[in-house]
Amino acid sequence: MVQDLLFTAPFTFLSVMAIIAMVLDALIVNSSRITFIFSAITLLISGILGISTFGLHGIGFNGMVTGGGFAAYFDILFSVGGLLTILASRQYLQRENIEHDEFYSLILFAVAGMMLIAHSNHLLMLFIGIEVMSVSFYILSGYMRNNAKSVESSLKYFLLGAFATGFLVYGIALIYGSTGSMDYNQIALNIHNNALNFPALLPVGVALIVIGLSFKAAAFPFHQWAPDVYQGAPTIVTAFMSTAGKAAAFAAFIPVVTVLMPSAPAKLQMIFAVMSAATMLIGNISALAQTNIKRMLAFSSVAHAGYIMMGLVSGSQYGYSGIVFYLTAYMLMQIGSFVIVAILERNGEKYLELSDYAGLSKRHPVLAAFMAIFMLSLAGIPPFAGFFGKYYLFTAAIDAGFLWLTLVGVLSSIISVYFYIGLIVKMYFTEPEGQREDNEVGMSGLSLIITIAGVIVLGILPSGILSIASSLFNSTH
Amino acid sequence: MPHTESAGMLLLTLLLPLFGFIAVLFIDKAQEKAIRFTTMMISLLTFGFSLPLWFSFNNSIDGFQFYTNIPWISSIDSGFRIGIDGMSLLLVLLTTFIMPIALLSSFEPIKKRVKEYYAMMLLLELGMLGVFVSLDTMVFYVFWELILIPMYFLIGIWGGKDRIYAAVKFFLYTLVGSLLMLLAIVWLGLYAKGLPGGHFTTDFLVLKEIAPSIPMDIQIWLFLAFALSFCIKVPLMPFHTWLPDAHVQAPTAGSVILAGVLLKMGTYGLIRFNVELFPMAMHQFAAPIAWLSVAGIIYGALVAMVQTDIKKLVAYSSVSHLGFVVLGIASMTPEGLQGAIIQMVNHGLSTGMLFLCVGALYERRHTREISEFGGITKVMPKFAVLFVIAMLASVGLPGLNGFIGEYLTLFGAFQSPFLNNPWFSILSSSGVIFAAVYLLWMFQRVMFGTNDNPSNHSLKDLHRSEYWQLVPMVIFIVWIGIYPSTFMSKSELYVQTLIGKVEKKVFGTSKYPLIKAATAVESGTSHEVHGGH
Repeated sequence: MVQDLLFTAPFTFLSVMAIIAMVLDALIVNSSRITFIFSAITLLISGILGISTFGLHGIGFNGMVTGGGFAAYFDILFSVGGLLTILASRQYLQRENIEHDEFYSLILFAVAGMMLIAHSNHLLMLFIGIEVMSVSFYILSGYMRNNAKSVESSLKYFLLGAFATGFLVYGIALIYGSTGSMDYNQIALNIHNNALNFPALLPVGVALIVIGLSFKAAAFPFHQWAPDVYQGAPTIVTAFMSTAGKAAAFAAFIPVVTVLMPSAPAKLQMIFAVMSAATMLIGNISALAQTNIKRMLAFSSVAHAGYIMMGLVSGSQYGYSGIVFYLTAYMLMQIGSFVIVAILERNGEKYLELSDYAGLSKRHPVLAAFMAIFMLSLAGIPPFAGFFGKYYLFTAAIDAGFLWLTLVGVLSSIISVYFYIGLIVKMYFTEPEGQREDNEVGMSGLSLIITIAGVIVLGILPSGILSIASSLFNSTH
Repeated sequence: MPHTESAGMLLLTLLLPLFGFIAVLFIDKAQEKAIRFTTMMISLLTFGFSLPLWFSFNNSIDGFQFYTNIPWISSIDSGFRIGIDGMSLLLVLLTTFIMPIALLSSFEPIKKRVKEYYAMMLLLELGMLGVFVSLDTMVFYVFWELILIPMYFLIGIWGGKDRIYAAVKFFLYTLVGSLLMLLAIVWLGLYAKGLPGGHFTTDFLVLKEIAPSIPMDIQIWLFLAFALSFCIKVPLMPFHTWLPDAHVQAPTAGSVILAGVLLKMGTYGLIRFNVELFPMAMHQFAAPIAWLSVAGIIYGALVAMVQTDIKKLVAYSSVSHLGFVVLGIASMTPEGLQGAIIQMVNHGLSTGMLFLCVGALYERRHTREISEFGGITKVMPKFAVLFVIAMLASVGLPGLNGFIGEYLTLFGAFQSPFLNNPWFSILSSSGVIFAAVYLLWMFQRVMFGTNDNPSNHSLKDLHRSEYWQLVPMVIFIVWIGIYPSTFMSKSELYVQTLIGKVEKKVFGTSKYPLIKAATAVESGTSHEVHGGH
């Protein structure tokens, strides 16, 4: 029991603290400041717990959850993501007049759900994790109650999300029916020994699970919700959803694919390859046409799901560690760019058009320089983190014999460069128009400094994180 | 084998611009004088540190010198491997030499965002030096792409009217090629991993050993992936359309660096990667590439002839002149290759100087239309002397540098056993004649005749800073023209060894005696390299 708790320390701790945060809201009047500090410290501690449980390996709670290694890495990643979001959120929420206390505890719940996803060793745990995360997201995306777009975003996300959850549950049920288990290891064993009750059900179940998870990752053809939801949700929530949420979806994908891939390796590889190619192209081509920066970043986030999926195609240790590296890099650069959007944005959807970024380098040289670095990194230009992410995923795909997929990846990268540097053109090569209110950076600055440092360090010295990432798949899977 | 003596010197030369870049970032942006001073000092210091490389470079050693290997990404066996041979030595010196001149030419015209400008210039120098010294495909790629960023900003912020279009076009063109090159780099690494007892590597020296064993049909694809990237950069004829835009829009210093050094990255890459890694594929593609370069020589010259903008004229003359370099490479003869290498340096000097002259005119009149000028010699006699030297060097007048390079490439192409067709040289030599036509005609319209445009009456002759920019260039233009051996002796051994190996592979024999000694050293290399792992 103690051992079990130790394995799951980061997320059990976080769950308890999230509930306490909720209670704090109710007990203390004007508690937002206290909850803010409380949540930030909680995430910091859960991240540290993640680091300290990293060396452990094992399965706890009767095979329901795993601990250490892979799970711990994602614990750290999610904690950092949550922390970056919370640091940048307070000022944003105050400015938008929506600083209700439960915001912070909802973020904590979402992180707890994500951690459960990464820890799960059992399809039911996976389902619970996904639901905890998703329900928090549904509420968070509608957080601007008086804003029709935000409410629409929330409703849309909820309806489609519920639908996708249906697919997921149905898939779980069919797999259970076919393999007689929901435990990852047992399923893998039964597939390996071909000990299936109803072999015909397995592929259907696999397909439904893939659909359910692809929805969460916003991969083609299940990406339709993403642009509207990401645009409508409060910017800071979008930052969190589009990064940590995506990372969680892939934290679910990796073990599930590892387990299910052997049932039909060639077919699944081809399905992922086609989805990946389509996601990259559609995401990037759609992003070209956007004039709203949140919508542009939303489509680009769809495209990035496509790149990450390349790692699933390879189904190899190399591909999975590529995914982990990419998710880390992606989280830093995407949160960073959304934080800048949030700093510049004003009540009522003001200053969200690309044209509002004209001449930013004159008004805010530092913010513009950071944004430019994030954009170059998202475009995959060295020496920034995004480049190595892409490099490892391309290598994995070529290694797996999917050269055509990397050619599509190259093509879509070139398309994407056009809109990423388009923003730099706006910021640097055009003159500012009109007067603006001053922008305060405040606590968001801390988020920005962490993300920019991460993007540069991962770009220049990728070795450390990469060797950690590949160590995750040596022993546990 | 790679020689590691005094390797710190090369490392220091490479890293100085980086230190400078960081230093400039920390200077307050109002301190424009301090920024200019720091940048200038750093670039002069870089030049100063590169000089010992020149003097302690051993001409009789085959292989790379000043070799350093600092591990970087262990999982893909990528290391910060740097070293230079005769070819890269010349280009490194060219870079460190042109940089202070380009900076000096920016002092007057660059008034806005001074800090960003000089920071970008130093980043650019870092990238260019990195490309020429890296012996690791991954590091090479990072430096190669790193150049995009400062150049993009240089054109986009400090450029002319259509600068945004030109900057984006430059960025996208270059990226298309380089991403395909990246795939080829990955493929090479994976091939190394697939060999018995092999592992993924980006070590150029190892890849060079194993590349010949790659099946021929795949070699061709890899060759094309690298070649596309480099031919866009050169630019070879059908891929050249970004160049005139970039040149015309870029500020003077940007053009000087673009013509002086950046384009050479393409021709350098062709030799370093395409010829060295895939000589057999190069053998197969020699004729098509030579045809493209001939087409480029003639096309560039013809288009240059009808330009009304001086800068555009010089830009198109670059397309034509670089055709000679590629022709020399495609000839795969020692003469042709030597000619190509020295022509890279020549073109950097003479075209760089032409851009400086155009810049000097533009500073005074804020126009580059040929028809706006006329009879400038009368008001700017000293300028006329220097301008005429640059112009004649570019034409290829014997006694100045351009002649020797063009002569060697044409000679190489003429007697090349690989091309085996005299028409390449015959057609290309028309480019020399055309060059005389468009350059002399331009010079006549701008400098001679009557000075009847009132705004040209009171132009001031060169000031001191402009002398400092132009005179050093003239020294080397004349030096190379009169006594090229000083420079060509550096790359002689490299070229002979390389061609000897290629000939041996293709024809079974080679007439270059040095090959024996070279292979002996070579096998030592392979031992050393494999032993290191």
